[in-house]
Amino acid sequence: MSIKLKALLKSPWVFHFSTGSCNNCDIEILDCLTPRFDIERFGMLLAGSIKHADVLLVTGSCNRMSADRLRKLYDQVPKPCLVVAIGECSMSRGMFIHSYNCPVPLDHIVPVDVYIPGCPPKPEAIIAGVVKLIEKVRSS
Amino acid sequence: MGKRTVVPIGPFHPLQEEPEFFTLTVEGERVVDIDVRIGYNHRGIEKLSERKNFDQSTFVIERICGICSTSHPFAYTRAVEDVFPMEVPERAKYIRTIIAEGERIHSHLLWAGLAGHFLGYNTVFMWVWKLREEILDVMEILSGNRNNYAMFKPGGVRRDIQEEDIGPALAKIESILPTMDMLIAAIKDDPVIHARTKGVGVLSEEAAINFSALGPTSRASGVSRDVRVDSPYGVYDRVDWDMIVTENGDVYDKVVVRMLETIESARIMVQCLSNLPPGEIDANIESVPPGDGIGHIEAPRGETFHFVRSDGTNRPVRHKVRAPTFMNLPTFKSTVVGETVSDATIILAAIDPCYCCTERVAVRDDKGKKIYSGTDLVELSRKKTERIMSRMGIR
Ligand code: SF4
Repeated sequence: MSIKLKALLKSPWVFHFSTGSCNNCDIEILDCLTPRFDIERFGMLLAGSIKHADVLLVTGSCNRMSADRLRKLYDQVPKPCLVVAIGECSMSRGMFIHSYNCPVPLDHIVPVDVYIPGCPPKPEAIIAGVVKLIEKVRSS
Repeated sequence: MGKRTVVPIGPFHPLQEEPEFFTLTVEGERVVDIDVRIGYNHRGIEKLSERKNFDQSTFVIERICGICSTSHPFAYTRAVEDVFPMEVPERAKYIRTIIAEGERIHSHLLWAGLAGHFLGYNTVFMWVWKLREEILDVMEILSGNRNNYAMFKPGGVRRDIQEEDIGPALAKIESILPTMDMLIAAIKDDPVIHARTKGVGVLSEEAAINFSALGPTSRASGVSRDVRVDSPYGVYDRVDWDMIVTENGDVYDKVVVRMLETIESARIMVQCLSNLPPGEIDANIESVPPGDGIGHIEAPRGETFHFVRSDGTNRPVRHKVRAPTFMNLPTFKSTVVGETVSDATIILAAIDPCYCCTERVAVRDDKGKKIYSGTDLVELSRKKTERIMSRMGIR
């Protein structure tokens, strides 16, 4: 494991990007920050700018407006950057698979490291997913 | 006229969870103009709904917006039930009201937390969201889900509330009421919140009427307009509750209206849960005859309106959605202009905008002057075909 990755795992800062979601996944991410779940005890912090982020949390079904912007944003993140797809929408486009405005699934646009299923996934599931991500990187 | 600067906000910014693009034109500190661009959330839901059958559509409609995941199915099922004369069972009406009110509490609390966050008051955010978890627990007890409840279907509800669940749910609601009262008292007393929100972003009663503002945005300006009172549905005419209306129309009043409404919603929930009548929960609709139906209900942000046209098959041939934010967004022109940039965020947040709901298509020409409607577009398309045909010498 590179020294950069090792440092990143201690306290991954996350940036949250909604590519046309229904809001629920985003709210469950915010829920993770609040007292009951308190993801900050793992050193995770919501970053305001993409340039400060180590982990990109992507929600939603990637519509035509946001697909280009997502690619541009991904190019701006300092690498290494890990990508987590949250919710059914960002995994497979879920129930929007037949929509005219959701052309491709997320993993055709950016490489994805962890998928968290659920519509929306519970905060517990999001925390479990991120912990799995850390374990995966650590053992690689 | 001083030097004007344009401040672009968005579309992907940490302020709100959803993408949207604001252009603020400022002169020094003062905002002189504002423009909003949306469309980053458009998923083509109306079209998707038209290719599913009446029953399946509710699941798509639910995902228009995660926060109003009851309001949209509620309005949609009312629209389907309006196509032909039918009666929804009593018990289903009660269950629908309970779920809708639970959603209102969690939506208003969510907004209050975010408003605290925008003001730089993260304590409020944490406290309120902690309280919101309890309401989500109640909803989980009653419906099995935290957010997308999947309770609604045309003709009734999908899932019954079990007798043994009512006690724990009631106990939980009773247990959070004191905390809610404390929070409201704290917000009403806090000098900092007063200083930041009183007299800020005032929407006058006249402007609220002219812009056709809906829901808490209009009720804070003294317009008593609430679908639950004006055209009662569910069991709102049978339970005891008050419509909250205040006079000033500033951000503070919008906070107060929403917070007091949570208490009213809790009252409605308690009354409905304790008087839940026995009986069927579903009218078992066999088919939907041809016809038009409209359904409107009071969502946490205002009136949600659905239109459904049936041609006798098992799918809607047209389904139209109008979300409350669509009517509330233009009020920015009246509230933000003239305020300082630092107040702009809280004023923008004060209408509780929900862009997921509002993402319907509108086509503009490249100067942004003209907005084409559906018929205009069809007309344009026909003209183009004619041009091509004449160029190719056909006809
Ligand atoms: S996965 Fe479900 S909850 Fe999440 S954005 Fe998509 S529709 Fe909404």
